[in-house]
Amino acid sequence: MRRVVITGAGTINPLAHDVARTYEAMREGRSAICPLQFRDVERLTVRIGAQIKDFQPEAHFSRSELALLDPFAQYALVAARQAVAQSGLQFEGELADQAGVILGSAGGGLQTSDDNYRLVYEAGKNRVHPFVVPRLMHNAASAQVAMAFNLQGPNYTVASACASSNHAIGQAFHMVRAGASPVMLAGGCDAMLCFGGVKAWEGLRVLSQTGCRPFSKGRDGMVMGEGAAVFVLEDRDHAEARGAVILAEIAGFAMTSDASDIVMPSVRGAVRAMAGALWDAGLATAEIGYINAHGTGTTANDRSESAAIRQVFGDDAPPTSSTKSMHGHLIGGAGAVELLACLMALQHGIIAPTVGYGGPDPDCALDVVPNVARAAQVRAVLSNAFAFGGLNAVLALKAV
Amino acid sequence: MTADRSDVRGKVIAIIARQALVDVSLVRPAMSLQELGLDSLGLVEVIFAIEETFDIAVPFNANEPDGSPFDTSSVTAVIGAVEALLADQPA
Repeated sequence: MRRVVITGAGTINPLAHDVARTYEAMREGRSAICPLQFRDVERLTVRIGAQIKDFQPEAHFSRSELALLDPFAQYALVAARQAVAQSGLQFEGELADQAGVILGSAGGGLQTSDDNYRLVYEAGKNRVHPFVVPRLMHNAASAQVAMAFNLQGPNYTVASACASSNHAIGQAFHMVRAGASPVMLAGGCDAMLCFGGVKAWEGLRVLSQTGCRPFSKGRDGMVMGEGAAVFVLEDRDHAEARGAVILAEIAGFAMTSDASDIVMPSVRGAVRAMAGALWDAGLATAEIGYINAHGTGTTANDRSESAAIRQVFGDDAPPTSSTKSMHGHLIGGAGAVELLACLMALQHGIIAPTVGYGGPDPDCALDVVPNVARAAQVRAVLSNAFAFGGLNAVLALKAV
Repeated sequence: MTADRSDVRGKVIAIIARQALVDVSLVRPAMSLQELGLDSLGLVEVIFAIEETFDIAVPFNANEPDGSPFDTSSVTAVIGAVEALLADQPA
């Protein structure tokens, strides 16, 4: 089996439009959660979220490109450009034939759907723009990334709600590890912050109207975010042969299904996923120096995830933080942006904090790195993603 | 369209019974919704049905069901909470 390393990372998320400034925001514990701004927001009960600010699509894409790009695909392309640039790879010849893309997205081109439903149902129009389908399809982003970089190998998009990114990265990891492709781009993207997107979540009554305070006493729900992160996954031999800078190694991955409830998480499913990722990576619990938690800020997730971490790690659980407290819940893009917190810990020795923390909840007896980032020597990490549907996907990474 | 706000008690019991998949005769005022077999999703559906039936907005966050100003601790409590909201939110 091949070893799999990360040689490029890119992002646009509510904290920043690139990786370096995302690290800076995480180090400083900045939160991007604020009042939402979009059409009809006054008809929502929940009016806070983590929106991407100051993004000018015209600065990144031509008018004809934009006609085909829902925001979720724009974000994926912006992130992929950064990741590919950092990797230094050029996709030509045999490498272009083999290299591919796997992205995760829960909502796909939801804003395109929302806008066009308005037109046909609310405005009574009988005609829609010819590009509605190629904009809204879930695989639009992964296809656009392939077109942008001449990636002619495997390409698909994973939809597993909040675990989409981790499933996508895990699948790409499997593909490179198995020798099926020397290079895969993987990550996730979502752009659900529009009236219909938030209204649907509002109905479930799990969104907070006050803020995202994972694992904290007095937490009252999740806060939605948007954006993307994309990584270049590469066969280590391939990366070393060309003298690439290696950011970290993806050492293991595991996925499980609770097979029990469509929204309520099970401790056992999360335990099996974390233990499975450790086993796959050949890592002992004592070697894990940081866990990037799923940590949504809901009562149910944080209680269940804490119990699962304690079951796997006992009383010596490593520092565990939820960066959703800063960038919100990016849904299908969550695991990808959160992998950046893992890279920051492995590469720079800084553990991102759980901000908004107001005090301990006995149901969440973990070291959650409250409010302030922490310096630590971290050699290996886990990144958790647990989705509605009871789908769990956990990645294990090692420093190089 | 204005919702029919009469017989609050009968309508709330009917909503709870329908969600719990039991006959209305089996819903007693002192029962908790958990006793009737409603889980957290069932509770959220009950609240949605109440909002639609009476055309009111119910303040309820599933993350803190006990901290909600809308008391869901028993069938009687829900009826009382709906009556209070109807008084506060004129049609």
